[in-house]
Amino acid sequence: MAQIVMSGNHAQSYAAMLARVQVIAAYPITPQTTIVEKLAEFVADGRLPAHYLQVESEHSALQSVVSASALGARTYTATSSQGLLLMHELLHWAAGLRVPVVMGVVNRAVAPPWSIGADYSDTIAQRDTGWIQFYAESNQEVLDTVLQCYRIAEDPAVRLPAMVTEDAFYLSHTVEPVDVPSSELVDAFLPAREARAVLVPGVPARLGSFTGPVEYVGFRHDVARAMDRVLPTLAAVEEDFARRTGRDHGGPLPTYRTEDADAVLVTMGTATTTARAVVDRLREEGHRVGLAKLRLFRPFPVEALRSLAASVDRIGVLDRSFTFGPTGAAAAEVRSALYAGSARPLVADFVAGIGGRDITPDLIARMYAVLDGPEPPDVTWMDLAAPEARADG
Amino acid sequence: MARLTIPPQELVHPGHAACPGCGAALAMRLLLKGLGSRTVVSVPACCWTVIATPYPTTALGVALLDNPIESTGASISGIRAAVDALGLPDVTVVGFAGDGGTADIGLQALSGMLERRTNAIYVMYDNEAYMNTGIQRSGATPEGAWTTTTPVIGVGRGKPERKKDIMAIVLAHRPVYAATLNPSFPEDFVRKVETARGIPGPRFFHIFAPCPPGWRFTSEATIEIGRLATDTGVFPLYEVEDGRLRITRRLSSLKPVEEYLSRQGRYGHLTGAERERIQAQVREGWERLRREESVGPPPGPVRPGVAATSGPEPATVDSG
Repeated sequence: MAQIVMSGNHAQSYAAMLARVQVIAAYPITPQTTIVEKLAEFVADGRLPAHYLQVESEHSALQSVVSASALGARTYTATSSQGLLLMHELLHWAAGLRVPVVMGVVNRAVAPPWSIGADYSDTIAQRDTGWIQFYAESNQEVLDTVLQCYRIAEDPAVRLPAMVTEDAFYLSHTVEPVDVPSSELVDAFLPAREARAVLVPGVPARLGSFTGPVEYVGFRHDVARAMDRVLPTLAAVEEDFARRTGRDHGGPLPTYRTEDADAVLVTMGTATTTARAVVDRLREEGHRVGLAKLRLFRPFPVEALRSLAASVDRIGVLDRSFTFGPTGAAAAEVRSALYAGSARPLVADFVAGIGGRDITPDLIARMYAVLDGPEPPDVTWMDLAAPEARADG
Repeated sequence: MARLTIPPQELVHPGHAACPGCGAALAMRLLLKGLGSRTVVSVPACCWTVIATPYPTTALGVALLDNPIESTGASISGIRAAVDALGLPDVTVVGFAGDGGTADIGLQALSGMLERRTNAIYVMYDNEAYMNTGIQRSGATPEGAWTTTTPVIGVGRGKPERKKDIMAIVLAHRPVYAATLNPSFPEDFVRKVETARGIPGPRFFHIFAPCPPGWRFTSEATIEIGRLATDTGVFPLYEVEDGRLRITRRLSSLKPVEEYLSRQGRYGHLTGAERERIQAQVREGWERLRREESVGPPPGPVRPGVAATSGPEPATVDSG
């Protein structure tokens, strides 16, 4: 175990190296680039004996690793924003072929207008593709979650692709100390991939194929059932990881000071760290508030949210994107999870931090204030510029 | 004709789902005879998606991976990397795509695969339109040909533009081997496959694939129409190895293109003047090919190298 000061992007690179990935394919996009630059260094200096495909697009990047994974190789790629949107077709292929590709995504706003700031529009738009989705809060969590994802994705009960996302610049380009486990520890936690249901040269078989409607339904249902098995698999994997490293990231929905809380804010990614400090401050002032971090968005932690809702009157959801429905995506998922539960607290959506705007402690304090107010609106855009700052509303 | 040189091994099984007289079915059959069973084939959306038969069956005696229409080049780069990473010996990696999936929507991935020197064979089987979706024009559809999106009605006279020259595009990437193949000349076909099999690096086959329903001819005429395509100069047979072009079916004189055009309903509407223009283009193409053969390869290194994705060294970068 060594402690290295590194960015979230380099935490991705170190995790891929420790996982002993065999095939990497990548195409550069800001702010993902330092992930794949570091991996190119690891390959060039011999620390990572992988085949590194320099491809001509993100579409080809994901196709290359999907095909390599279909033959049994452990694979890695990384992208961001427009690149992830270009991959969309192949995201479906990866899940449908049941290949355990792991991908790093640096969450970045989508154009137009061009913006390279943090925003979840890119990955939220991929929530329906059959990928496991983790949202990381710290660089340590990035590294640990990538390693855990290989175990989960390659588990025979799951066999689904997984993405580990990190906020543009807040994690991707911000350095902090990260405990890097030894390769012996990682090798014991994550042995070489045990290839199942892969194509073998010399053995006649077809992966992909086409079907009639009856078989097609069965394949889709298989993906849905595999997604259901992610949560118990995550629990087992995280327990093993904690036993070996002493670190536990709290499962799919870690909570903070929610025991006697009246109002809870559901956060994702780096905003959680800020919100935790705000909770402490508001608690000192006598407000009974808490927070819950959506670490896992796919599969969605429905049962954990229902348990939380049983003791909470009001839930606010911080959406770092807007999906042009009645509410943002995270709020819609929370409401959907709670509707069939026994407790249905008020759920209010707060849109904030999109396009890379800072989510400040004051902004989060205002969310708690609105949530605690007489009639919290369905959706509140927290950090709009003054109308005169824009040419046309 | 010399003794039969076609390997007896059959890796396309009876019961496949091709139309009678399908040139694309013959293309796969002859290709796999030349490559053998330790071949992994990546097939995009195209006629062969269907020909290979639905789940849970397969018509091929080799491993087959489906991929979306535009990414065959990337798929075979990934397969090659995996085969090398896993240390699997003696595997031939093949992408087998139609003309639309290659010359149109798949051109970027093909270019990438050639540029990064992937050790694989990319096949474009050319039935000169989007046949699996119902005969829509592609960039590889020849000038004047009727398709369902270049109808002969009102001012419509078939496709107004000339056929895209995929071999010129591929050769600009300096592959280690590229050739035109025609199932109507099976000895030449299999010899080229066996030649290419022994050369590591990016290789490309442009395979002529007559399509009875798409070209409007009856299914027993496939072989004859294929022979006419080559002997009229419409689809000359040649190979390019290390930059040196060699015509593999030499013709002292070309048959009139009219013999080829008149056998296909897709050209039935053409006027005499339109036919003469096509004849002139074919003659010009043939003369250009002969000039290129006599000039020889350009000076300088002609084989830029092969992506080193195998071997004892621990780290490799597939970028030549």
